[in-house]
Amino acid sequence: MSEQVFTSCTNAGPISVYVKDGKVIRIRPLVAEESDFTPWTIMAGGKRYSPPKKFALSPYVHAERQRLYSEDRLKHPLKRVDFDPRGDRHPETRGKSPYERISWDQALDLVAGEIKRIQDLYGPAAVTAMTSSHHNWGVVGYKVGPFQRFFNMIGYTQVLDNPDSWEGWHWGATHAYGFYWRLGMPEQYDLLEDALQNAEMIVFWSNDPDSTRGIYTGQDSAIWRTWLKEKGVKMVFIDPFHNYTAAAMEGKWIAPRIGTDAALALAIAFVWLSENSYDQEYVTTRTVGFGEFRKYLLGESDGVPKTPQWAAQECGLPARLIKALAREWASKRTVLSAGARGGEGGACRQAFGTEWARLMVLLQAMQGLGKPGVSIWGTTMGAPNNTSVWFPGYADPDGRLSSTRVAKNRMVNPVKQRLYRLTLPDAILNPPVSWRGEGFCGQSLEQQFTENVYPMPGYPEVRMFYRYGGSFMGTMADTSKWVRMYQSPKLEFVVNQDCWRGGETNFADIILPACTSLERDDIGEWGTAGGYTQHASSGCNHRVIVRLQKCIDPLYESKSDYEIFSRLAARLGREEEFTEGKTALDWAKALFEISDLPKYISWDEFNRKGYFLVPIPEDYQSTPSLRWFYEGRECDTPDLGNPKRLTPDGKELGTYSGKIEFVAQSLLTHLPDDEERPPLPHYLQSWEGHRSGLAEKYPLQLLTPHPRFSFHTHYDTHTPWLNDIPEHRLKKEGYAWWPVRLNPADAAARGIKDGDLVKIYNDRGAVLCIARITERLRPGIVHSYSSSAKYDPVEPGKAEAMDRGGCVNLLTSSRMISRNAPGMAPNSCLVEISRWGE
Amino acid sequence: MPRLGMVIDVNKCTGCYSCFLACRDEYCGNDYSPYSAPQPFSGHFWMRLRQQERGQFPKVKVAYIPVPCQHCEDAPCQAAAPDQAIYRRPDGIVMIDPAKAAGQQAVVTACPYGAIFWNPELHLPQKCTFCAHLLDRGWKAPRCVEACPTGALVFGDLDDPQSEPAMLQTSSRLEALHPEYSTQPKVLYVGLPKRFIAGEVVLADQEDECAVGVKVTLVGEAGEQLTTTDNYGDFEFEGLSDAGEYAVKVAPGGYAPVELRVRTETDVNLGTIRLHRTP
Repeated sequence: MSEQVFTSCTNAGPISVYVKDGKVIRIRPLVAEESDFTPWTIMAGGKRYSPPKKFALSPYVHAERQRLYSEDRLKHPLKRVDFDPRGDRHPETRGKSPYERISWDQALDLVAGEIKRIQDLYGPAAVTAMTSSHHNWGVVGYKVGPFQRFFNMIGYTQVLDNPDSWEGWHWGATHAYGFYWRLGMPEQYDLLEDALQNAEMIVFWSNDPDSTRGIYTGQDSAIWRTWLKEKGVKMVFIDPFHNYTAAAMEGKWIAPRIGTDAALALAIAFVWLSENSYDQEYVTTRTVGFGEFRKYLLGESDGVPKTPQWAAQECGLPARLIKALAREWASKRTVLSAGARGGEGGACRQAFGTEWARLMVLLQAMQGLGKPGVSIWGTTMGAPNNTSVWFPGYADPDGRLSSTRVAKNRMVNPVKQRLYRLTLPDAILNPPVSWRGEGFCGQSLEQQFTENVYPMPGYPEVRMFYRYGGSFMGTMADTSKWVRMYQSPKLEFVVNQDCWRGGETNFADIILPACTSLERDDIGEWGTAGGYTQHASSGCNHRVIVRLQKCIDPLYESKSDYEIFSRLAARLGREEEFTEGKTALDWAKALFEISDLPKYISWDEFNRKGYFLVPIPEDYQSTPSLRWFYEGRECDTPDLGNPKRLTPDGKELGTYSGKIEFVAQSLLTHLPDDEERPPLPHYLQSWEGHRSGLAEKYPLQLLTPHPRFSFHTHYDTHTPWLNDIPEHRLKKEGYAWWPVRLNPADAAARGIKDGDLVKIYNDRGAVLCIARITERLRPGIVHSYSSSAKYDPVEPGKAEAMDRGGCVNLLTSSRMISRNAPGMAPNSCLVEISRWGE
Repeated sequence: MPRLGMVIDVNKCTGCYSCFLACRDEYCGNDYSPYSAPQPFSGHFWMRLRQQERGQFPKVKVAYIPVPCQHCEDAPCQAAAPDQAIYRRPDGIVMIDPAKAAGQQAVVTACPYGAIFWNPELHLPQKCTFCAHLLDRGWKAPRCVEACPTGALVFGDLDDPQSEPAMLQTSSRLEALHPEYSTQPKVLYVGLPKRFIAGEVVLADQEDECAVGVKVTLVGEAGEQLTTTDNYGDFEFEGLSDAGEYAVKVAPGGYAPVELRVRTETDVNLGTIRLHRTP
């Protein structure tokens, strides 16, 4: 057979897939006809800036072929040997008992049988199911596709995701400036143009965009930062680790202690206040509550002036450095880049991370947020973007198979009971649990305050857990709890459906092998989520919608999720209801038909060609984010989620006052006595930080950012080529170890040399890693990426067992950001490290 | 006839390893004989990234230097391989003949750049081919160049004044990596790291303020250089020679001058230089 070329798309870029004799031999960035590109041009400083006519994938996508054919692929349905649905179930051996191969019919009969039994006996709510955050790409096959359609159809206890990417911004910054429809992220429209034309300085605060890459948009923005560097825009990096963007940009590196970012922010504000170097007019006209903030800064409310000297004690930075930073920030047009999508960053996932996030908004407010060159911009979104061409994303109702208007039957979950991802193990092991908010609280500020409890009155506890994709051992907090949860007799039945064997796979009773997006048909736009990250495709230099063409047949006995759930539905007598007689390709075509694409290209042409590049109109008008607010105009950006846009309140932000609030009116109204997230942001000492009592036993602060060479847990471990990248894993004694980075002083004090195997430990667990000694770390801080996909306990099935795979999240606390802000706080973690004996 | 080469801008390389992974994707398990036999699934780095961490906390830099086969015009590997097992194409690409070179393990060590790798399964030395098999099919550039997100890798005809690498030759200072090997490489570099000396000046009687605009002089074999401290009190001299001997002098009026002797075996962060008032 000759070579065939297919098109597809991943969660980090569109690809062309070369198949020969039924085997994928090459995967490269999507090859599109040159004439299909309409690159935009930004004029700045007398220069023309235009992107190259190509797609810059995230690095690991170049290894997609190896991941597709990985040895870790789940090949056949499996049943845990110790599990007998008609006899003893032995939940206590989950994690260590072996598996035997069974047929698909046997597997699906068993799963359907258990669903029926449990729902008949206890009620539909006794079934719970949970996906990972990210998945293979494609609208039809995404996690909110067949999975959610099926479970909404049969009814189940939905597990709410904590807003992990956004925590401090979601629970905190929203109360300063609104944007709850973006989960606390500011709009990013046309901020690339604004930066090129107007920015003199960028402060990257807890942000490594070269590694986190605007979530889905690959490395398209890398060239933007190169332009800014060449243009001479000054760059400052505030991060305990000299991160990869800092290395590429060669800016000024400032490394405060973990947990003290809010103190640094307050001291900066103090300098501006005392030196009158802030935008007083903006503060007067565009904000409320500055008077109280001023009192707090000056120490009039608590007797502690937030001077640089005060912050110096907390942060471990010289006062003069803090002053110099504040002065330069105020004297220049400064962009604040506080996380990949504008806001985010590891600093928002720590004790009281809400306070730092809120202060980021308030600092820029003091400098006139929305003024040319004064933005909150992640440097990964905000290229010129034709938003008039609509295509559904997975976070749009139309992009979900349960709720899309393409469906004849929309599936609404009849069960009202919920679980909360962060407390799922506690809910199983030690109910009841309660939490505030509904996970992603995108509907309103008030949604964050709702009180929820599990079990919900009138509902049963869950008995069945259907786990779909991913591995929380490397990504959630205090993850040994998940082992205990799986082994609880409460969980009568556990399913795991995935493409690859992951950290949680071996806790299931039945394992179902799923296929990747290269083995099925779908459709999807690069980089787009829709919903709460509207117009994320502005992180792509060229908007492209891709026909994910099935390149090869599903490997081994794997099946598409759509196929698996259709067959389960059939066994429950609901196949027609679930599929509506449509194949996956039928659904893809139907989604195409409701989008704006038919105005530009026919289905047949799109199907054949494999992609559609959305043209930029000649008369493209840029609308820089928040410029309208700065200038006192109505919102003119395409920010669809903004409820005040195109209304008489169009000049307002999404806060109660419509302005930026130093004193959050929403918090004042609903939780005025919350000392941990007060109406006025405060600096609060971390509950597990350098001043904690625990620091005597565990003196090192553990920093666990998002990894550079994998996408959360995707690609790691299943793609051995990555193990030849020393920044990712380092091979020693036949094992590919996860690195932990130490400063030379900390290493020397412990007799640790570069390349030694070391144990990182605290009272919550122990992880074996390989030590890398580097000057790129503040002493007292150790750095190890979160998201190891390999959970490899030295004693399988034992929750307290030391892990060799690199799941440092075992060490992190399950304590949440604050009493009423149920966000994860993995970056408040104290550890010790010692050499692991030979 | 083109003379194909590459210009690599170290300033633009972010160490993303896309070039390395794209190369693995092209060659692992794929047989392009007579151009190249399959690369093994592990162990070869036909495009290798050298990471160089420079300086000491908190003045640190990192340079990433992509090192493919240099396709030298005076290639020691070619000289070391009998029977034209390694040959140069008219367009300048140096090729290892996967049939003729069988068993020739000695050529691996002949390359001073470490660009040749032994394939133990096929008993064959192997290296980067500039994706000759793709270029001959009409591709414009090798896989690594296509994968690079920042344009750090530039490929083309060094003799064509309109080509990207040729234009960089005229506009930038290009150098060979390890010129001391004298192999006439056709891969040239912009921004290869040299040595830096950096520090922070603090006036002891004004510890709470950064010492801005203080003159700092560097004296070395090549003469004197002058800089002034920036708004953080920081100064830096870059582009210095390796293992050089220097003196750093700071002598603002009214303060006892400080002179520090420095050797640049590594990049040096002098740390905080405190100046005390003369009585």
